[in-house]
Amino acid sequence: MSLLNVQDIHVYYGSIYAIKGISFSVEEGEIVSLIGANGAGKSTTLKTISGLMRPRTGKIEFAGADITAMKAHKIVAAGLAQCPEGRRVFSRMTVQENLEMGAYTRENAEMEKSMEDVYYRFPRLKERYKQEAGTLSGGEQQMLAMGRAMMSRPKLLMLDEPSMGLAPLLVEEIFEIIGELNRSGTTVLLVEQNAQMALSISNRGYVLETGRIVISGTGDELLRDDKVRRAYLGG
Amino acid sequence: MIFFQQLLNGLQLGSIYALVALGYTMVYGIILLLNFAHGDIIMVGAYVSWVVMSRLQLGPITAVFASVLMCTLLGVVIEKVAYAPLRSAPRLSLLITAIGVSYFLENGAQLIFGADGKNMNAIFSIPNLTIGSVTLSSTALVTLAVTIVAMIGLLMLVHKTKMGKAMRAVSEDMGAAQLMGISVNATISFTFAIGSLLAGIGSVLYSNIYQMATPTMGSMLGLKAFVAAVLGGIGSIPGAMIGGFAVGFIETFVSAAKIGQQSLSVWRDAVVFAILIIVLVVKPTGIMGHKVREKV
Ligand SMILES: Nc1ncnc2c1ncn2[C@@H]1O[C@H](COP(=O)(O)OP(=O)(O)OP(=O)(O)O)[C@@H](O)[C@H]1O
Ligand SMILES: [Mg+2]
Repeated sequence: MSLLNVQDIHVYYGSIYAIKGISFSVEEGEIVSLIGANGAGKSTTLKTISGLMRPRTGKIEFAGADITAMKAHKIVAAGLAQCPEGRRVFSRMTVQENLEMGAYTRENAEMEKSMEDVYYRFPRLKERYKQEAGTLSGGEQQMLAMGRAMMSRPKLLMLDEPSMGLAPLLVEEIFEIIGELNRSGTTVLLVEQNAQMALSISNRGYVLETGRIVISGTGDELLRDDKVRRAYLGG
Repeated sequence: MIFFQQLLNGLQLGSIYALVALGYTMVYGIILLLNFAHGDIIMVGAYVSWVVMSRLQLGPITAVFASVLMCTLLGVVIEKVAYAPLRSAPRLSLLITAIGVSYFLENGAQLIFGADGKNMNAIFSIPNLTIGSVTLSSTALVTLAVTIVAMIGLLMLVHKTKMGKAMRAVSEDMGAAQLMGISVNATISFTFAIGSLLAGIGSVLYSNIYQMATPTMGSMLGLKAFVAAVLGGIGSIPGAMIGGFAVGFIETFVSAAKIGQQSLSVWRDAVVFAILIIVLVVKPTGIMGHKVREKV
């Protein structure tokens, strides 16, 4: 049984038809990428899985339970976390407080352990634990957003464009961390504009175009696919 | 000497404004609503004190607890019944609903208790404090002390507890807070509870000073507290505290001031509003305000 199973969801913003029936799954232990142009519906898909939006029809199952109508905060407690597009750190709260919020669903003792973990992975956050998140650099904010999402120790971590706006060196660092996280047992659903990087660390990928999945395959297959190369890999 | 007494009067009045302003600012911070029913909660609290003390002949302690509890519950119920169903409605619908709730409470009180005021005894009667030639009002000292304790409590709550931090997270970014596993509804309820509890404390202190309840007593008090919140920077907790004391001082000193034989007392409210306008022209976000927050 898949860890995440999305079945034919249709999602609207008022009268705007954003997701036109997509189905896909994520198996335990995998890294799966969703790629596609701006406005294809990648973020909408993640928002819908997290319960911030509701599909008009269709079904979403996570770890064997139907979460289609579950409240967003319960979905997090069930083990599905999202690091949203544009970081969305709490800018007037400190680094440490942001991480505490990430562990909101967990006991204090567990939180301490997760925090050590996050600080170990992101030593730069540890140095700045008392600083207000709004004063961090873009790269540091991205690390904080990822760290914060890791704090709930999710079974499945969804990352929406974690490399957006980062310098190449930092992009590599972020992808390395995603790989490490995955090797230590976290399943990852990754949304990326940087298709090359994303597909090269992914087991499988899906290509979204205007609210529909148009191509799917393993990471390697997609990297070699002519259409994918022309549209998303620049040749 | 007169100066010290006026200073204390300013602090007393400012305490009440600050306590009420905190509720305005916290609710605005979390759901962007100017809760115009907030002042009327004070009025309900005052009637509860009157009923408990004058009607039921129970002691002041009972009156304090009954008032504060009633205000807290009322705030939470108003939110659940009137505002929660409008969570994704335009903010204007919410504002109009708040005005409706305010009329409902005022007219409800008038229906039950009549339009004329109800007098009651002071809740705490402690002799005034005399130091040398200065007599300090014990009511003012109690008001100030209770307010300071309440403010310290609030700051600890907001900065040190999990629920308080969740409140700050929700008021900064509701969507991101949900992605942390924070229940937005529970957090909003909690915010109303705390804001209304502070209003309940304000209500007890106010009744203790003025010893009277009328159906419309909350509206001018609410308006002044609203001015205090905006002056301090709506959405900012320290701002509401500073704004409350500022309005209290301005009122007290303008009331006491004289030009020749002419008392300036009638100019009191005009000066408060004029200062509000000047501050907003110079710094539109208020004294402690943040830049306007983007809502996602
Ligand atoms: N709040 C909104 N209201 C109305 N339409 C929206 C809203 N958010 C997104 N859309 C529309 O839904 C579609 C999908 O948007 P979405 O944000 O999911 O795209 P995306 O694939 O994440 O794009 P990007 O790569 O630019 O982040 C777009 O056509 C977009 O205009
Ligand atoms: Mg997006």
